[in-house]
Amino acid sequence: MEQSQLMQYLPVLMLIVVAIGFAAGTLTISVFLGQSAKRTKAKDMAYECGANPIGENTPRFSIKFHLVAMLFILFDIEVVFLYPWAVVYRDMLADHATRNLILGSMISFMFILFAGYLYALKKKAFDWKN
Amino acid sequence: MDWNFIIFSAVKIAVVIGVVQGMVAYAVLAERKISAWIQDRVGPNRTAPPFAKHIPVLGRLLTRLGMFQPLADGLKFMFKEDFTPAGVRKIYFFLAPAIAVIPAMLTVAVIPFGSVLGGQKMVIADLNVGILYTFGIVSLGVYGIVLAGYAANSKFPFLGGIRSSAQMISYEISMGLSVIPVLLIVGNLNLGQIIGWQAQHGWLILYAPLAFVIFLVASFAETNRLPFDLPEAETELVGGYHTEYGSMKFALFFLGEYSNMIASSGMMVTLFFGGWTLPFWGLDHPAATLVSGIIHILIFLVKMAAFIVLFIWVRWMFPRFRYDQLMDLGWRRFLPLALVNILITAIILWMRA
Repeated sequence: MEQSQLMQYLPVLMLIVVAIGFAAGTLTISVFLGQSAKRTKAKDMAYECGANPIGENTPRFSIKFHLVAMLFILFDIEVVFLYPWAVVYRDMLADHATRNLILGSMISFMFILFAGYLYALKKKAFDWKN
Repeated sequence: MDWNFIIFSAVKIAVVIGVVQGMVAYAVLAERKISAWIQDRVGPNRTAPPFAKHIPVLGRLLTRLGMFQPLADGLKFMFKEDFTPAGVRKIYFFLAPAIAVIPAMLTVAVIPFGSVLGGQKMVIADLNVGILYTFGIVSLGVYGIVLAGYAANSKFPFLGGIRSSAQMISYEISMGLSVIPVLLIVGNLNLGQIIGWQAQHGWLILYAPLAFVIFLVASFAETNRLPFDLPEAETELVGGYHTEYGSMKFALFFLGEYSNMIASSGMMVTLFFGGWTLPFWGLDHPAATLVSGIIHILIFLVKMAAFIVLFIWVRWMFPRFRYDQLMDLGWRRFLPLALVNILITAIILWMRA
């Protein structure tokens, strides 16, 4: 059975509808079925091991987390670039004209990225000890 | 419109979702039982509906094995008070569990769980972007956890959410890079084609063992399982991002976590262990009869169950990593290792061609 590209995604769309329906359904069911008990002041408090909450509820956090997010974007784009290369690699190896081109271009790409990685390493971006 | 296609897709979706939910429920039971055996305990052995004791031998056996426990757990989740603390950010508080569970359910779409059955390919969506789709969807899972940490407006969930996001995105890179040697060897993103290649040439674990090791460890980190369960480290963060959650909302996080575990087991089986194939008894060709089609599905399920047991086993055998060790492993060990692995694979293929 030959299907168009778009038709292939129809089951995915159906699955998305089912998943959203499932999530919404279970959340609503529990609202109706769950027994409601008395609301007290202590119950409404944010949990802090039994003590009253102290200070801000969303504390300040290390800048390192932000740095990791930035580096993630950088390297994830690299991964995305590598995928199409990996898929065509075999075919282009078979062709004598493009054989060295495909390897050389990716080695140079990875070399530049590795230089960036070494820079981040030198700048202690991955150092979580202190 | 091709109604046949739509109806068969609907049936496949219903069955797969049903099976995954059932597997989640019994994976929780397996977890409790295996942990009990490892720690020389008995585990759940007495939950039973009233009619169970009237069934001659089977009733007692099933009770002993705790087979009714997941049912009781499910009912309990439903009938618990659906409590929303006053301090939370209401909309996000409701949205977060849904966002955590939806991507977890979507990842199974491209995994081929069998060859053919009655002329139908046993995969929900036979996409030619296969693996790319999975990674795209898996990335979305981070949002649910970050949102949960933010919505709870409390310190422990907040720290858990922040930690978790950094951990998941760090290991996603290693995971994405570790698959590339497989793609280099096979030259196709479609998971069905990858299985077809393995049926001809042998399982990919033999060709890319390092890629498998990186993928395995990264999937432990992605699913927040011990040794990398820092987002919900009980001794440090109480319950992590779901500290403030209860009843069904908590259950949805749990469901998401276990569905992710099942999906990544399925991915490992498909990518490295030949999917539904076995190299002997002629089981590596698409099924011609109904019986061999069912056998293929069973083979896939058994392989997957083996990985789920591995996930559980590791959880009770290893101590937790420290956060700096976790980041160190992800960024300073696995990332360069995966890159070198890609380079070596590419050069070997270049020399051979």
